[in-house]
Amino acid sequence: MRGLTKSFSGTRALAGVDLTVVPGEVHCVLGQNGAGKSTLIKTLSGINQPDEGEILWQGETVAISDPVTAIRIGIATMYQELDVVDGLSVAENIFLGHEHDRAGVTDRRRTAREAAEIMARLGHPQIGPGREVGTLSAANKQIVSMGRALSHDAKLIIMDEPSAVLDSEEVKNLFRVVRELTKAGIAVIYISHRLEEIREIGDRITVIKDGRTMATNLPVAETPTKELIELMTGRTVDNVFPPRVPVADDAPVLLSVEGLALSGVFEGVDFQVRAGEIVGLAGLVGSGRSEIVETVYGARKASAGRVLVEGRPLTPGSVRAGVHAGMGLSPEERKSQGLILDEPVYRNVTLASFTRWARGGVLNERAERQEARAQLEALELRPADPDRPARTLSGGNQQKILLARWLVHGTRILLLDEPTRGVDVGARAEIYSLIRALAAQGTAIVVISSEIEEVLGLSDRVLVVADGRIIHESAASAIEEHDVLDLVMKGSAA
Amino acid sequence: MSTQTVSPHAGDKRSVLSRALGGSAGRSLGLIIALLALFVIGTITAGDRFASFDNILTIIRFASIIGVISIGMTFVITAGGIDLSVGSVLGLASVVATLSWVQQFATSTNWIVMVIVAIAVGGLAGLINGIVIAYGNVVAFIATLAMLVAARGLAEVLANRTTQIVIEPGFLSAMRGELIGVPILVWIFVVVVAAGWFILNRTTFGRRTVAIGGNLEAARLAGIKVKRHLMYVYILSGLTAGIAAVMMLARTTAGTSTHGTLYELDAIAAVVVGGTLLIGGRGTIMGTVLGVMIFSTLTNVFTQNNLSTSVQNIAKGVIIVAAVMLQQRFANRSKK
Repeated sequence: MRGLTKSFSGTRALAGVDLTVVPGEVHCVLGQNGAGKSTLIKTLSGINQPDEGEILWQGETVAISDPVTAIRIGIATMYQELDVVDGLSVAENIFLGHEHDRAGVTDRRRTAREAAEIMARLGHPQIGPGREVGTLSAANKQIVSMGRALSHDAKLIIMDEPSAVLDSEEVKNLFRVVRELTKAGIAVIYISHRLEEIREIGDRITVIKDGRTMATNLPVAETPTKELIELMTGRTVDNVFPPRVPVADDAPVLLSVEGLALSGVFEGVDFQVRAGEIVGLAGLVGSGRSEIVETVYGARKASAGRVLVEGRPLTPGSVRAGVHAGMGLSPEERKSQGLILDEPVYRNVTLASFTRWARGGVLNERAERQEARAQLEALELRPADPDRPARTLSGGNQQKILLARWLVHGTRILLLDEPTRGVDVGARAEIYSLIRALAAQGTAIVVISSEIEEVLGLSDRVLVVADGRIIHESAASAIEEHDVLDLVMKGSAA
Repeated sequence: MSTQTVSPHAGDKRSVLSRALGGSAGRSLGLIIALLALFVIGTITAGDRFASFDNILTIIRFASIIGVISIGMTFVITAGGIDLSVGSVLGLASVVATLSWVQQFATSTNWIVMVIVAIAVGGLAGLINGIVIAYGNVVAFIATLAMLVAARGLAEVLANRTTQIVIEPGFLSAMRGELIGVPILVWIFVVVVAAGWFILNRTTFGRRTVAIGGNLEAARLAGIKVKRHLMYVYILSGLTAGIAAVMMLARTTAGTSTHGTLYELDAIAAVVVGGTLLIGGRGTIMGTVLGVMIFSTLTNVFTQNNLSTSVQNIAKGVIIVAAVMLQQRFANRSKK
């Protein structure tokens, strides 16, 4: 196989990107949200056309006019959102769009046989070709999606943040599959903003920012993290996490959870959070950490135990009781659980409190907007326009809307589930200092994150969750990242 | 992505005119143009027969019953639901209100009893829809389809498949009258529209409706009682079906189980053509009114020109598809 080369310059969101990929390598593309990563992928997979520049494929200039052409020449793409059809079988998904058929009648036996071969090649022979995809886990759906890429006999597979939906165990398996693919001479373009993953899987890195290549062909092993972040953000980031503020010994306990359980998910959960304290929950996806927080909040009805705010027990299973007592949740899925994307920013901010300014059921939008604007100015929302639809804001600014919602409501207990997911590196530091500042003002905060580094850096105290139990508790400064990982792995094996 | 730079205070500046019109005025521009075009066509083809005050009143009166139902439907669809039962609930309410003992009771007390009974039947049907959907977790399409069938059946049983004439004189003289030259039916329509606009745009009820339709889970996690509110929305829709039943009794002077047949489809068409998103999260009362008026004017223009209802239906179909396609283009644009 000859070397694949591609270089472009200029589409609207891309203002000159150069990228060279050789067979058998994992080439990582790193960039903040909005840097042009998605546009780059779409250009390669034939969805967008470049305005200028050219794509060289195996030494020859090619025009990738549509996705079918891309697939025909050997470029397959795994998009960020899982692009499998839940209602179809594994085999049907793998051969979607290029079914084996005789005069329109599908050749089920051949389809099943080849699908089984592909799944075996991917190291997952246990996923039968007849299995309905809707019944598979997110990780296995991704394997199916990869199987589709293989079924096209792809020479280059583009993976757009494939790990976004996976937990660390599943990521390991993904990496194993990627290594097998590259061993067979297939090139992979791996898009991610998780540096630690790129360290593990990547060979070379290209950093893009504002649609331009900032640096290309950086060797993964020898490039320091600091340099990568500086290239991505265009500024130096030294202290990501704000310094801890010691919690006063006499700070009142705002939230206490006693023997909380949700049958089949978690049990025996006890913890307390004092005013001004940040408590982090570390654990894998599926360990029960999100469910614990949702149950504390009242979004799920506990099967045992109770939740007390300032010593007063809450009605189980009532979000309203939680909100009324002064709790606020920033949910894991910001877009699908947190925001009304087409409504203006200020209405998203006042969603929990718009009745406060209403008289006899009649809204007072002027007061709402004023209150929201004041809060958003304090949080430095950009753009600072309360009338813009929430959809048009970046991840970091959408997270600020959710923080603003609870600040306007006067919340004293904040539950933050993955507060920096989908937030780019530059904006993260800002979110961290906001959270710390809130704690310093006496708010009790519970933080969940998949990134152990984040939990440890941000929290005062850490609870490690595995298999629906809290298996460890300590001061965040007294435990190292790899210790937490060990605990998590051991706990879930037990 | 095109980024428009908006100064932080732009919201207050542009608000004076556009907020007075509920923000939907701009979006409704296309509908207003379509309506004006129909008026021009009507005036050219039918001359003074069309462009007279009396005929315009006829158009509005014709629109009024579907119009009232469509206001309730606007709330349901904005909340992300659907109510297929409104037409047959209208029929059921018209039958119950004209049962002989109800009319006798009304004659011996006050004609308003018939009005109350009709609206109460509508509200009760809406309550059942609401409970089944919100608390029984049945998909709205199925729950209200079941109500459509069941209410029509119950109406047939109660009326014994007969047409029950309205004999209560007070009801007829009050409801078939006029106020400053405008029929009572039209006044009811105007009042329901005004109330609907106010509730949707200016009250906490309206805000909850939009929030739930826009993102049910986000509304729930913000502490809004989603189930209870959804139930209220279906009750509201039932109540408008009850009001429409009263109007139907006034217009036809009879209650029968076949009243309101297929009205649900006309109402949904008017709401969707008006610009309310079928997936919920955005609703416009003015758009719904324009949607109803477009269909009503269309019918009138065709009737004035002695064209068959079959041709009318073809035109209606084309309008629905065209309007929804325009709406989708708008939705796509707003997503970018």
